[in-house]
Amino acid sequence: MPKIIKNGCVIDDAAQILVLDEGQAPEALNLPEGPVFIPLAVWQAHKNTLAGRAGLGVWLDSHESVEDLAEDLDSIGAVALNFPKFTDGRAYSGAALLRTRYGFKGEIRAIGDVMRDQFFFMQRCGFDVLQPKAGKYTDTQLEAALASFKDFSSPYQAAVDEASPLFRRAQRAA
Amino acid sequence: MYRYDPYDQQIVDERVAQFRDQTRRYLAGELTDDEFRPLRLQNGLYVQRHAPMLRVAVPYGLMSSTQARTLAALARKYDKGYVHVSTRQNIQYNWPAIKDVPEMLAELAQVEMHAIQTSGACIRSITSDPFAGVIADEVIDPRPWTEILRQWSTLHPEFAFLPRKFKFAVNGAQNDRAVIQCHDIGLDLRRNAAGEIGFRVLVGGGLGRTPIIGEEISAFVPWQHILTYCEAILRVYNLHGRRDNLYKARIKILVKALGIEEFRRQVEEEWAHSKDGPRTLTEAEVARVSAYFTSPAYAELPATDAGLEAQRAANPAFNAWMKRNVLAHKVPGYAIVIVSLKNPSVAPGDITSDQFDLVADLADRYSFGELRTTHEQNMVLADVRQSDLFALWEVLRANGLATPTFGLLTDIISCPGGDFCALANAKSIPIALAIQARFDDLDYLHDLGDLELNISGCMNSCGHHHVGHIGILGVDKNGEEWYQVSLGGSQGNQTSLGKVIGRSFAAADVPDVISKIVDVFVAQRTAGERFIETVRRIGLDPFKLGVYGAAAPERK
Ligand code: SF4
Repeated sequence: MPKIIKNGCVIDDAAQILVLDEGQAPEALNLPEGPVFIPLAVWQAHKNTLAGRAGLGVWLDSHESVEDLAEDLDSIGAVALNFPKFTDGRAYSGAALLRTRYGFKGEIRAIGDVMRDQFFFMQRCGFDVLQPKAGKYTDTQLEAALASFKDFSSPYQAAVDEASPLFRRAQRAA
Repeated sequence: MYRYDPYDQQIVDERVAQFRDQTRRYLAGELTDDEFRPLRLQNGLYVQRHAPMLRVAVPYGLMSSTQARTLAALARKYDKGYVHVSTRQNIQYNWPAIKDVPEMLAELAQVEMHAIQTSGACIRSITSDPFAGVIADEVIDPRPWTEILRQWSTLHPEFAFLPRKFKFAVNGAQNDRAVIQCHDIGLDLRRNAAGEIGFRVLVGGGLGRTPIIGEEISAFVPWQHILTYCEAILRVYNLHGRRDNLYKARIKILVKALGIEEFRRQVEEEWAHSKDGPRTLTEAEVARVSAYFTSPAYAELPATDAGLEAQRAANPAFNAWMKRNVLAHKVPGYAIVIVSLKNPSVAPGDITSDQFDLVADLADRYSFGELRTTHEQNMVLADVRQSDLFALWEVLRANGLATPTFGLLTDIISCPGGDFCALANAKSIPIALAIQARFDDLDYLHDLGDLELNISGCMNSCGHHHVGHIGILGVDKNGEEWYQVSLGGSQGNQTSLGKVIGRSFAAADVPDVISKIVDVFVAQRTAGERFIETVRRIGLDPFKLGVYGAAAPERK
């Protein structure tokens, strides 16, 4: 079973990430049993029937805008944002917008090219579940990777995890 | 100058630990080359033609003598005993070993230095006026503001993986010396009619393959809002900047594609959500940071030193240096001294560890223990008593640091080029040295007056050739190194981009070409006219005629 990181722990996770084959129309729906993340296009084609379904999440690719999901967030439990390459940083802004602009309280999962060297930034931007690609890390490496959440103790900026910048958080003596 | 408090120190120390582990995982094969590359770049580590290159941040070009000695010592211990001052005021090591870099960073951290974000697709180390705090035309000291921006941009979680690099420059003087019109964001400090401090914000400027002068996105952002405003710009860019084509990924391309009005609308819409929120800058923070940039304890001195005139009259070489390398200070009796790194036998911007130590000692002795780097690849001692100038000059001269050519034709800006850089089309340094060798007559150089010549080894334009009065660009023609020459570029308030004069030249011909251009200038100038003014007045045609002869061929 794929591993994810949630609340600072490595756990098994059964959710599937549904990917449309090339040429497959989003209208042709064949949802697997159990928890699943569906592409934005599938959600948009079927939201009337799928809204509120247990275990349903929607995933967005990096060029897709979280704004397109803004109206629907009440009926979605989880959103996954894909990193096609770890150097594609759009999803950091996407996650931050979901949390701060649209008030999304559900799970925001990082999927795709997820490396431990990004964990700190991801958690700061509002991701609460991180899913490195299957086989990316051994179990031991994944446990070791948890240390990356603590790379920095007191960062300068405000972010989703901390509404105040350091200059408001701390008394900094001149 | 700014000193780290425990928070700053912890961030830098933790960064060292993080990078040490990343390097360990890379050397153990747990990180691939592709994975390690962006991580090392964000710590200033390139892999170059012959060896890695480490670029250390010198925020807004200001350092203490202690920091200078550490930089010099690192070059002895881990490199070949010299460093290079880059066109972003940073310090580069050309020959470190990857495995040593974590240790170098640890030693730098002990003197409050780092290499964070000196490269990579992130907000780069921020540049400013090398004469901040000491020059008479300053309106507002840019250093506290630049330091505040440095902290805001350091490890910003949302903007570590932008479409492309992102450069800020800040100016606080009447005459811009930070090239703010050619940066992704250029900030111009100013006061509004009510006397309040704020920023004129330019966006989308840049050199490189597609040189563009920045456009004004806001005429005045009050200081409280500058961080949220910049954050709004960065967010729009992070979400909408192109990522499909490296050459179209800078913010300037997005601004051009949307048009400045639409780009401004998107930024303002974004800004409306964060404006006046908890990220708004506080008076207390500005006061805290500003307290580090108060004036040193200047003595009360007469406006001009009595002995100085006699020393100048008695010593023509000293007088020549005074004319070019010493600038007026805002405090009576003091002077700003350019420490020239343009010795004609050395690559522009290079300084040996021994020279660097010496400049540190001179800073302690004559300039309150601080020194500065400039984007023109020189150093500055900013607070020298006029009565000390002669003694200082003698030491600098004895050590090859008093070439009296600041702002002259041979004060060349040059990127490292093909001798070091893996991206180069052509070498830069030998061209700079050949031009310096050709123009070795100081009287003639002084007679030519202000003339800026900039060289880049490829389109990435690290040598700022687009804004040189004379610009030289290395190009590749069927695997050979050729050089394209442009005229009419300039930095400062009247920033303009140079125009190519015609077909390019082989390396051996470049000094002749420059001679011919200079000859046209000498023949055409009016009394007191500077080179750039002559170019603007008469246009390119007379220069083309001078260089190519009557049948000036078209550019190929
Ligand atoms: S301009 Fe080109 S050759 Fe010169 S340093 Fe930059 S990338 Fe290298």
